[in-house]
Amino acid sequence: MSNLYELTAHELADKLAKKEVSSAEICENQFKRIDEVEGDVEGYITVLHDEAMAKAKEIDTKRAAGERLSPLAGIPIAVKDNICTKDIKTTCASHMLYNFVPPYNATVSEKISDLVIIGKTNMDEFAMGSSTENSYFKKTKNPYNLGCVPGGSSGGSAAVVSADEAIIALGSDTGGSIRQPASFCGVVGFKPTYGRVSRFGLVAFASSLDQIGPFTKDVEDCALLLNQITGHDVKDSTSLNVPDEDFTQYLNADIKGMKIGIPKEYMGEGISEEVRNAVLSAAKLYESMGAEVEQCSLPMTPYALAAYYMISSAEASSNLARYDGIRFGFRAKDCKDLEDVYFKTRSEGFGKEVKRRIMLGTFVLSSGYYDAYYKKAQQVRTLIREDFGKAFEKYDLLLAPTAPDTAWKFGEKSADPVQMYAADICTVSLNIAGLPGMSFPFALDKNGLPIGVQLIGKAMHDGDIIRAGYALEKNSAYTKTKPQLGGAN
Amino acid sequence: MSITIKEIEHLAKLARLNLSDEEKERLTGEMSGILDFAHKLNELDVSDISPTMHVGADSNVFREDVARESYPTSEILRNAAEADEGCFLVPKTVE
Repeated sequence: MSNLYELTAHELADKLAKKEVSSAEICENQFKRIDEVEGDVEGYITVLHDEAMAKAKEIDTKRAAGERLSPLAGIPIAVKDNICTKDIKTTCASHMLYNFVPPYNATVSEKISDLVIIGKTNMDEFAMGSSTENSYFKKTKNPYNLGCVPGGSSGGSAAVVSADEAIIALGSDTGGSIRQPASFCGVVGFKPTYGRVSRFGLVAFASSLDQIGPFTKDVEDCALLLNQITGHDVKDSTSLNVPDEDFTQYLNADIKGMKIGIPKEYMGEGISEEVRNAVLSAAKLYESMGAEVEQCSLPMTPYALAAYYMISSAEASSNLARYDGIRFGFRAKDCKDLEDVYFKTRSEGFGKEVKRRIMLGTFVLSSGYYDAYYKKAQQVRTLIREDFGKAFEKYDLLLAPTAPDTAWKFGEKSADPVQMYAADICTVSLNIAGLPGMSFPFALDKNGLPIGVQLIGKAMHDGDIIRAGYALEKNSAYTKTKPQLGGAN
Repeated sequence: MSITIKEIEHLAKLARLNLSDEEKERLTGEMSGILDFAHKLNELDVSDISPTMHVGADSNVFREDVARESYPTSEILRNAAEADEGCFLVPKTVE
């Protein structure tokens, strides 16, 4: 029998329902895998062996007693370390929160309360970065090539699902932080429409852009995890008050007559040929399934990146003002007065990239520069939304690369922040406009590194993406090649 | 747009950050580079465009002002660097 950790959540849920396995057996097998490969991958900041085993046994008892459980009850899940988990350390991969133990659960943590949290995953500090190299604690490796980055900022969540160190995971996406690492690590990553998943208890980076979403091995698991985490929440005033939706209804691959646009600005200069070819072959596949595919234009695309870095840094500088060393987290030693506590704590507690964004955000919000940078970026934000609005009058869905290229080597883009920021060119526009998007693993490049293609939907039409992603999965000739790790496969 | 060391020092003060000379030097170059890249936005005439601050609902969300259960003080103080007698402890602020 193959190892349980190689299976998907829906396969395991079937086995659990038929009582062929217990949650405790699944978790035990999952931790065996973690023991084997975590030394190479380093995807976790915290692994919760004892807590998870106790929880698994609790769920098994409930199941045996016939209690009502959610469809994914008892399945192991990894959670990005910026999502608050009651009584479980939540560090944001920052020295600033190295010892923070939330007294409460994020709403999503409540919503997965009968799943088994097996660990908290590594990330770029406060989710600022595209490679997970900005973590205070460790560098997560790409399971397909340990010399390459896993992408970021949710690099840990992407890597542990890719390496079979978790069945499913949660991440957060502010400018591509779910989709880009999903692309780099060969897994499915989904950023829902802004407001569909409560941000209560997600440590804020840029509040108007942040959104929590799933990492999974296939599209069916993605739909199941969306079912579990979406929904209105009175604790988040930006949460959308819309009826709950069952995303599994879209798992039918029927895309006949669907109109799909490929924005030409996403396929031009700076996009590697192999990535472009992957998108074009996905387009051909869609045509063969009866969809209409044609090129379209989003002329504001070249302005998205600059607008994104102005807006996100402004919001970050404001959100991160709360870290003062008094109520939680790190406090510097030997402070002579209160001002000194603020200055020393923040200077010693924040890493390089976080300081850079705070400085940039402070600049664009400061008097004299506000109109020229921050307000202008928000005006461009309006234009970018209108761009998508026009495209979606004609198309049901857009198809594009997730990232300009596959995973890069450690340190390759660290010297120049602008070069690192450019890696987000294909993903930031969706956050600016609040739209849903998925990265689907579609090919491998000549070096064996995964290439994801991105599906972009209308606001609230997350289901169309599930439908189109499922169609790719069912009809693609590409069969997923698992990364070779620990010699166990 | 080039940014001066003096401006960096002013911003650092606003952001409550102490920067070393090396950090100031580096940030001066990096921020100038980032702002150059942001200048791309000047190619667009946005004078008649209203800004989007948020993609969500246009109206605020209210709730009834009713007392609800909160957390015990001890739970909240558990994360404080220093606490005493049910309060957060900070260095003396008045002489």
